[in-house]
Amino acid sequence: MKPYIAILNTRMAVLFQYRSAAIAGLCTQVFWGIVKVMILEAFFAQSVSAEPLSLAQAITFIWLGQALIQLLPWNIDKELEAQIKTGNVAYELLRPLDLYSYWFFRAMAMRLVPTIMRSIPVFMFAGLFQALPAPESWSALIAFVVSLLFAALLSSAITTLVHSSMFWTISGEGIQRLLPQVTLLFSGVVVPLPLFPDWMQPFLNLQPFRGVIDIPSRIYTGVIPVVEAPYYLGFQLVWFLFFAIAGKWLIARALRRFVIQGG
Amino acid sequence: MNVISVNSLWKEFPIQIRKKGFLGGIASLFSREYVIKTALDHVSFNIDEGELIGYIGPNGAGKSTTVKILSGILVPNGGEVKVMNKTPWENRVETVRQLGVVFGQRTQLWWDLPVIESFELLKDIYRVSNTSYKRTLDLLTDRLELSKLFNVPVRQLSLGQRMRCDIAASLLHEPKILFLDEPTIGLDAVSKLAVRDFVRYLNKERKVTILLTTHDMDDIESLCSRVLILSEGKIFLDGTLEALRKKMAPERRLIVDLLNENETIRDPQAALIKQEGHRVWLRFDPTLVTTPELISRVTSKHPIRDLYVENPPIEEIIARFYQNANL
Repeated sequence: MKPYIAILNTRMAVLFQYRSAAIAGLCTQVFWGIVKVMILEAFFAQSVSAEPLSLAQAITFIWLGQALIQLLPWNIDKELEAQIKTGNVAYELLRPLDLYSYWFFRAMAMRLVPTIMRSIPVFMFAGLFQALPAPESWSALIAFVVSLLFAALLSSAITTLVHSSMFWTISGEGIQRLLPQVTLLFSGVVVPLPLFPDWMQPFLNLQPFRGVIDIPSRIYTGVIPVVEAPYYLGFQLVWFLFFAIAGKWLIARALRRFVIQGG
Repeated sequence: MNVISVNSLWKEFPIQIRKKGFLGGIASLFSREYVIKTALDHVSFNIDEGELIGYIGPNGAGKSTTVKILSGILVPNGGEVKVMNKTPWENRVETVRQLGVVFGQRTQLWWDLPVIESFELLKDIYRVSNTSYKRTLDLLTDRLELSKLFNVPVRQLSLGQRMRCDIAASLLHEPKILFLDEPTIGLDAVSKLAVRDFVRYLNKERKVTILLTTHDMDDIESLCSRVLILSEGKIFLDGTLEALRKKMAPERRLIVDLLNENETIRDPQAALIKQEGHRVWLRFDPTLVTTPELISRVTSKHPIRDLYVENPPIEEIIARFYQNANL
């Protein structure tokens, strides 16, 4: 494990250097958060039937989504894309490392660093000016933190699977256009998932992207009671394992093909 | 003891033939044609512990392919390879742990990290203990004059500095075998000498087995006792530099400075290469006429100021050989 932890640490240290991107992003997130809250308030004021979320809960969903947006597996690692394009990825194999694990921890750093840099100020802003409430209880807070951890694992595994697929697609362009839309929508950042129509709920409840932001948000707001949290944590874990195994399998296949063909 | 043994190694690459034009492009959607290029054609050689071998050959001869197979990142079509008694492509991770690899054309350090942080990351990746890391790093710092470079990000290093850091990085885990792929390419004279001295030291004092790929014949001449020449996927020569000279050019040169500019030298057993003013270049085959014999014949016929004998420069031999290979 030691080599991979070292890779995670070093990579995080490198990514923490990109502070100006974080500040720019922070302004965007705060601005959109405010806009979304105003839209929701307007909707709730016009609503005639009972909504599945209270307005306060829905606003909390919005701010959690804005704070954790960088946790989504929404983009790809440009350096890895270049390595695959040029074939330089072969040289990575000169290290005594398992390529999947190496990439997984790289992806983890890529998810964690921007999330840390953005979530803390957004939480502070929303707490101070937008009356973001704390979780209901200490046990809800603990369950929330654990679900964030699992969300990070899940997101890194999805990202690594996408990276592995680039051995075939070579350019990550297509998937890069698709990812932001899909992840933003199905994780519940655009509109909180409970507010989607009823007929979509069975699908929304099973798809993996809810594991990244929707489940932590539901635990935080108490939409998921603490006693039910273990089931949802298990849900995140199962999807994480699915993506991890798929990614590992795909990389093994890619390497077999690659080492036979590449020159 | 053999640390590397290669037996009848064989590697082919399929290369897609592109059909010309628009229709060709459409046709290739449905059927693709390939030609097979043989990169390595039943290559065999052994490397003993502590050898320093020059691995040379024209571009595209299959040198990098060999290095990649030896490092376990490429699987051959056939043949048997053992690196420290293991088949590299079946044990990639274990094999690369024993190897140091340096590519002159590209850095293996992390571009955006200061040098020392790259080193520390490598220490963890190779699971080097603190004590042996410190010992190795001290030694490398001293030998390669690295101390001023530790806090510089890799992207800001000059080529010579980067090369020194890359070599150090490849040695932190004290590998027994080192592959150097054009380590002096693009370096200035001082850096070249520094790299050469260090490579010699590694081989002589630290007993590291080194396979050196280069196009720089000075590297070969000053470092390697044995050369392997690869041409179109086959071993053309495996032996000493002397053996190469004999094989390619069983000739010596006699360079004579005549006293009288208007004279020229004619001898049945020496051919005139050129004449510039007083100076005359002659070529002769030492198996047909001995050097003293020729000298005494020339000096008896012509008044001379000076003369000396030389072997043709190794560059020329190799260049001639490359030309033949391309025919």
